[in-house]
Amino acid sequence: MTRPVHPLLIALTVLVFIFLVGPLVIVVGSALSDTTYLTFPPQGLSLRWFENIFAIAAFRRTIITSLQIAFISTAIALVIGIPAAYALNRHRIQLPAWLSTLFVLPVLVPELVLGFSLLKSVATGFQVPIFPALIIGHTLLVLPYVVRVISASLANFDFAAEEAAVSLGSPPLKTFFTIVLPNVRSGVIAAFILCFITSINDVSISIFLTGPGISTLPIQILAHVEQFFDPTIASVSVLLMALTVAVMAVVERTLGLTFLAK
Amino acid sequence: MKKFAGWTLSTPATLVVVAFLILPVAATFWTTFSTPNGPLAPYFAFFNSNLRRTVLLRTINVSLATTAISLVIGFLTAYVISRTPGWLKSILIIAAVFPLLTGVVVRSFAWLIILGRNGILNTSLISLGITDTPFQMLYTQGSVIVAMVYLFVPLMILTCVGVLESIPDDLIQASSSLGASPTATFLQVILPLATPGLIVGAVLVFTGSFTAYATPQLLGGEQVMMMGTLMYQQAMVVFDWVSASTIAAIMVVFTIAIVLVMTRVARRLNPMAV
Repeated sequence: MTRPVHPLLIALTVLVFIFLVGPLVIVVGSALSDTTYLTFPPQGLSLRWFENIFAIAAFRRTIITSLQIAFISTAIALVIGIPAAYALNRHRIQLPAWLSTLFVLPVLVPELVLGFSLLKSVATGFQVPIFPALIIGHTLLVLPYVVRVISASLANFDFAAEEAAVSLGSPPLKTFFTIVLPNVRSGVIAAFILCFITSINDVSISIFLTGPGISTLPIQILAHVEQFFDPTIASVSVLLMALTVAVMAVVERTLGLTFLAK
Repeated sequence: MKKFAGWTLSTPATLVVVAFLILPVAATFWTTFSTPNGPLAPYFAFFNSNLRRTVLLRTINVSLATTAISLVIGFLTAYVISRTPGWLKSILIIAAVFPLLTGVVVRSFAWLIILGRNGILNTSLISLGITDTPFQMLYTQGSVIVAMVYLFVPLMILTCVGVLESIPDDLIQASSSLGASPTATFLQVILPLATPGLIVGAVLVFTGSFTAYATPQLLGGEQVMMMGTLMYQQAMVVFDWVSASTIAAIMVVFTIAIVLVMTRVARRLNPMAV
């Protein structure tokens, strides 16, 4: 299978990967610096900028808010998205083709437009408070991932197993929880983790919906960068990267990382 | 009952999308058609404003540059990856996925450290004696493009790896056993077969850049305003929601038009479909 590749192409690939990994290495390095300004390579090793994250109340608050929003909106998206993905696969004949397009709409509509529209209609028009408005926005943001990942898992599931259980007298709900769901378990785990990281990292929707008192971590980072240029943000970035590593480990064990290329 | 099972199960998700996406976005569009100055007045105002036309053209320029650079780099890198054996390939894919799953803010912030006035690039250039005074690199179109390419190259690499792996190996072997040189095989077999997939990847990058917010905000600021940052400014700083809605509508129409046209082009160019 291996054919020779032109040396120039190999050189280009090496440069591309330096370009990809280099900036992140620089972020980690400057997070460890003992200086009050951002510098690389780090001068004197110190973890004090990590302590500084938790010393700043706004970071403590927004980390908790971000985690809450990620958990709640992912849970809602799973509860409404799994039945929808199941219906799209199991009852394909009775459902119109546009229904599957409907569930990818949140990807097609620019996030900024969605965020602004939610601000205008939901948060201002219907006076929905900040926290539930953020939950609504993030649920829409992650719903397409649920539908897509669960659909991909269900595509490998043989519905004959479900029919066998039903014909032997198992009630539909029990069949779903004992036969179907265990077979797509890895899909559910992967969907959860992808939704979670997408929600944690979101800027474009949250930027319109956060407000006085309630903000998310990325929005707090943007606000902090505009005022201070110290290594605190580099440390927060390292925490977020650690989360990415955990996410990748889970995705690799469930779907395989190449799934992300599809 | 069984006849409607599919509908029943998909109803909650459908309702959420209709109530919180379709209706609010439609309301945003409606705002632009129901102004006292007539139905299309906000659009005339947009295209009559020099500043706004400049922002639109700049956004198109930056997005095109980002797409072109990402496409070339991404495709060539993916070509090498798809020809790399075993464990090294896994490592390369991991190295591409990692930035993809790392947030936009973190990845843009990295370039803030590198390109800043006292950033790593400037301090290195000064200590190497290449320049005495630091270059102004932040808040230029170039820095936005570099950071956007950084944002989208991983996506392009992964898309292209997927595309290249879907090309049957038999075709490539047939080509070389019939005497085609590696270059000829690449240009006459691999490239045409990969083109539809490349177009899909390019569309993702273009629409992503066209509607980006965090990267132009951090690296472009007020000087390099793009559609996303202009829309935010109109909505949250100026509080002109008609103007923000107009920018939103232009953004949606533009991206959906690109998606529809280019997916049709991709389908027509697919040599396997003929």
